[in-house]
Amino acid sequence: MFSKILIANRGEIACRVIRTARAMGIGTVAVFSEADANALHVEEADEAIAIGPAPAAESYLVSERILDAVRRSGADAVHPGYGFLSENAAFARALADRGVTFIGPPVGAIEAMGDKIASKKLALKAGVNSVPGHLEVLRDADDAVRVAGQLGYPVMLKASAGGGGKGMRVAFNETEAREGFTSAVNEAKSSFADDRIFAEKFIEQPRHIEIQILADGHGNCIYLGERECSIQRRHQKVIEEAPSPFLDAVTRQAMGEQAVALARAVDYRSAGTVEFIVDKDRNFYFLEMNTRLQVEHPVTEMVYGVDLVEQMIRIAAGGAMTLRQDDLRADGWAIECRLYAEDPYRNFMPSIGRLARCRPPARTAAVRVDTGVIEGSEITMYYDPMIAKLITKGRDRAEAIAAMRAALDSYYVRGINHNMSFLSALISHPRFIEGRLTTAFIDEEYPDGFAGAPREGPVLDALVAAGVLMHWRKAQREASISGQLAHHRPTFGAAWVVAVDGDNHAVGVEGVEDGFDVALAGRLLAVRSYWRPGQRLFTGTVNGHHVTIQADPEAAGFRLHHGGVGALVTVRSPRAAELAALMPHKAPPDTSKYLLCPMPGLVVSLNVAAGDEVKVGQTLAVVEAMKMENILRAERDGVIAAVNAAPGDSLAVDDVILEFE
Amino acid sequence: MQEILRQLEMKRAAARAGGGEKRIQTQHAKGKLTARERLELLLDSHSFEEYDMFVEHRCEDFGMAEQRIPGDGVVTGWGTINGRLVFVFSQDFTVFGGSLSEAHAEKICKIMDQAMKTGAPVIGLNDSGGARIQEGVASLGGYAEVFQRNVLASGVVPQISVIMGPCAGGAVYSPAMTDFICMVRDSSYMYVTGPDVVKTVTQEEVTHEELGGASTHSRISGVADLAFENDVEALAQIRRLFDFLPLSNRSGVPLRPTDDPVDRVEDSLDTLVPANPNKPYDIKELLEKVVDDGDFYEIQPEFAGNIVIGFGRIDGATVGFVANQPMVLAGCLDINSARKGARFVRFCDCFSIPIVTFVDVPGFLPGTAQEYGAIIMHGAKLLYAYAEATVPKVTVITRKAYGGAYDVMASKHLRGDVNFAWPAAEIAVMGAKGAVEIIFRSELDNPDRIEELTREYGETFANPFIAGKRGYIDDVILPHSTRRRLARALTMLKNKKLDNPWKKHGNIPL
Repeated sequence: MFSKILIANRGEIACRVIRTARAMGIGTVAVFSEADANALHVEEADEAIAIGPAPAAESYLVSERILDAVRRSGADAVHPGYGFLSENAAFARALADRGVTFIGPPVGAIEAMGDKIASKKLALKAGVNSVPGHLEVLRDADDAVRVAGQLGYPVMLKASAGGGGKGMRVAFNETEAREGFTSAVNEAKSSFADDRIFAEKFIEQPRHIEIQILADGHGNCIYLGERECSIQRRHQKVIEEAPSPFLDAVTRQAMGEQAVALARAVDYRSAGTVEFIVDKDRNFYFLEMNTRLQVEHPVTEMVYGVDLVEQMIRIAAGGAMTLRQDDLRADGWAIECRLYAEDPYRNFMPSIGRLARCRPPARTAAVRVDTGVIEGSEITMYYDPMIAKLITKGRDRAEAIAAMRAALDSYYVRGINHNMSFLSALISHPRFIEGRLTTAFIDEEYPDGFAGAPREGPVLDALVAAGVLMHWRKAQREASISGQLAHHRPTFGAAWVVAVDGDNHAVGVEGVEDGFDVALAGRLLAVRSYWRPGQRLFTGTVNGHHVTIQADPEAAGFRLHHGGVGALVTVRSPRAAELAALMPHKAPPDTSKYLLCPMPGLVVSLNVAAGDEVKVGQTLAVVEAMKMENILRAERDGVIAAVNAAPGDSLAVDDVILEFE
Repeated sequence: MQEILRQLEMKRAAARAGGGEKRIQTQHAKGKLTARERLELLLDSHSFEEYDMFVEHRCEDFGMAEQRIPGDGVVTGWGTINGRLVFVFSQDFTVFGGSLSEAHAEKICKIMDQAMKTGAPVIGLNDSGGARIQEGVASLGGYAEVFQRNVLASGVVPQISVIMGPCAGGAVYSPAMTDFICMVRDSSYMYVTGPDVVKTVTQEEVTHEELGGASTHSRISGVADLAFENDVEALAQIRRLFDFLPLSNRSGVPLRPTDDPVDRVEDSLDTLVPANPNKPYDIKELLEKVVDDGDFYEIQPEFAGNIVIGFGRIDGATVGFVANQPMVLAGCLDINSARKGARFVRFCDCFSIPIVTFVDVPGFLPGTAQEYGAIIMHGAKLLYAYAEATVPKVTVITRKAYGGAYDVMASKHLRGDVNFAWPAAEIAVMGAKGAVEIIFRSELDNPDRIEELTREYGETFANPFIAGKRGYIDDVILPHSTRRRLARALTMLKNKKLDNPWKKHGNIPL
């Protein structure tokens, strides 16, 4: 076994690998860029070595720096995590040359699967179903249009070296094929330094289902069931689960066996994932094979009780697996949500900054939190803005969903914007609960973006009932101040009006031990809680059901977050509510005459000048943020009055890029 | 008897009706509540006791003899906020436009006199067109009577002014002499001369809002301490502010129980100050993490953001906080921040509110604008205020404390009672680079040498120990323990007694 492993990664996955290595009694070495000097993975490792400036391209992505850290630390193995150098064959080879073990597959397998076109050919040969496509690199935009015409629209344009949605475009017509080709090339060039693009038939209403495999160097190759990762936004996975609510045993076995066949065809060793696209008739087609640990590996670990990182380490050390296909049984259901520092209410704009508050839910057998940040950590513009992966487990899917709902409600993060309310809304969405998923789920269900989960039913009841209880206890606290006149007695009436973001709900309230009975629209809500003023998490029961609500005090009441709804809840006497109703509604300032920068980022290009007439949909500017190029288009016809930014400018959210006349 | 009671009820009804249903509707249409509605929201329910409901003006000229409305445009009396006594006046715009007559002024003076005698704060809700022109000089006399009482009450009982409508001309000087001025956005304005006069005299065209609206005074002039969205929000926030304030200069700070442990540890504060000394951080995070329940009430949040002032509680007792804000102008002191800080320090000192100061200050803002604007005099105000204050003073240097600004910010030399430093503190005459460029001027053409000297200077002075050696710093504390250490210091200082030499009053550089 190894004595010391260097983890050539950062964030949650570095912490994840360190955890298992430590449990196995193996020493750990972290590497860190200047931006990560205080990061959690540095703190948790036995040793840490600086590897250069903040940009990944100057630190985590530079093989020489990692190799130097390996040499200096004397590590005898390297775990690459995911991303960065995890699928870089040259890096794996360089390690081998130095007699250091790469905890991952053999170089040959990485190379074979790293090239999308080569991997397709290999898969075909191994008898794996493939999506109809054109296995040649597209020469230029004209070629893209020609090939797309042959395949029939819609087509997918994909960077050969691509992954994670970068360098990928769907085209439904010639214009889009032409434009998509250009932007895919640009993105591929900047992200992977490889601008080869190819095209394939785009399958509509597809599901993304992938098979986890494990292979050792002793001829054993098994599959650990599937993960369904259909809930995606801009090709980035958002929610994953195991098993899939869609597969039957026959399909599962067929997919698993094809995955194993492919792995064997490339002499695979280590953990790997074979991604399939599955259509509504359960036809499945090979998409690609990821020759590394996947972000979403925890859901497989939760249902199979296997530590995949431990398996990777043992296999890399030359051990033979003791796991056998016939011994593997999926137990229960696991769901993973990816918590990102991005604002779902503002088109998922990335949010960077310090996590002024970060309180994850309690970790239990049913709740797992994989994170690389703690309260006080910084989410920087240099890396993926992930806060954590939240994984819950239940005996069945409904139980896993319920556990996730509760875990999201109690995950308290402030200081930056995050997507937790969106995740809550997704897992509570009736269509999600039914399991009717496709990779277009988010686009179809939220065509106009996200504005919070519906404010109705038990979620609304909980907000009203908890609002009453918190208001009452806060008023009691306020009335306990020193210096009062004698005989002062605070009066708390029985009739109140609870305003939830301005919608008034008249309630009757009766105090009982540990809570209140709240009469709302002819129904009785029994709310019980030990909540005390100052607490930011309300935990209690409403009609016997456990609820957790995040409560931030504001002048007028509390801003509550629960079940994907965020609302200002104000409790007033009927008279005060009557007076509050007289207050004018003030319209927010009109910003329609400006093109505002939707996220912190760098101006790549400005495509118009002052005085230009622009048409709806015309490209106005391109802003790069988090390594993604974002095309900002005109929302209506107009004339440009002024241009306030220039290429190369670094802009903050809501900085004015252009003014219209 | 029956007849008297009937008349009483009629008079009360007439007073309550104010300027009548139509004017009340107009008031509502402007998004404004009436004088009595405002008091309903400001005070504990059923606690208001009204005085002088039957007062009428004594003007016989210009047809005023036929227009008499009981109360004469202002509702006065006392009530409670969370059980604590407060005197109030609320001008009624529906009655003669809330204009101030001699009788109107007398009503205000009466409750102010009572407040002084009983040691209770005064809250004035201002909504007045100005002087009752029909009364002429009698009205002016009325204003002056109020001004005189504002001055005498200053430092004896807290005075809060809420501007909820017009407040123009001489009328502005009563709020100006109170401790806090709050305004309501889009429905209040304050100015000495209105847009019409401005146009006549200077040809300048300006709206009421631009000239004296809530945004103007809360952002540009700094006249307003707080600006609120509407009447309802304003009154709720005044209740919240009131709960932080002592009733008088004799009462001591109020206590409100809390479940927040005084020894609460905040590990994340250990990473608040970035490694790079030029990188800003948000001092408000520190404020919110040290006060009880994260409840920090900021004063003048939109003005001179380079200094943050406000109230919080530690172990249930009110504390006044002053903190340099590295996010704005690197936290340096300038004219506006010095004025803002000085006035707040003096308020706290008047009313025996302990002052906690968080220091991260690179110095004074340089430039002609500052010098021509008399930064010397304004900076001196903050220095003077800290130096004369006799309340408990606890200071924490979180990072930079450079030059004269170090002295100013509640340093040991200004009778700081407990002066702490975080490990990242640098107490020095100036930053290492600037210091080296002066001391080693002759070596400026040798950048390598300068860099080396800068590092050397930094290593020597960029730590809290030089100041610690001289006792200027009592202890170096770990950021995560800041709340606990502040709480202990304030507990220790609870019975602090310190008197300045007898004098009629000092001569603060105004």
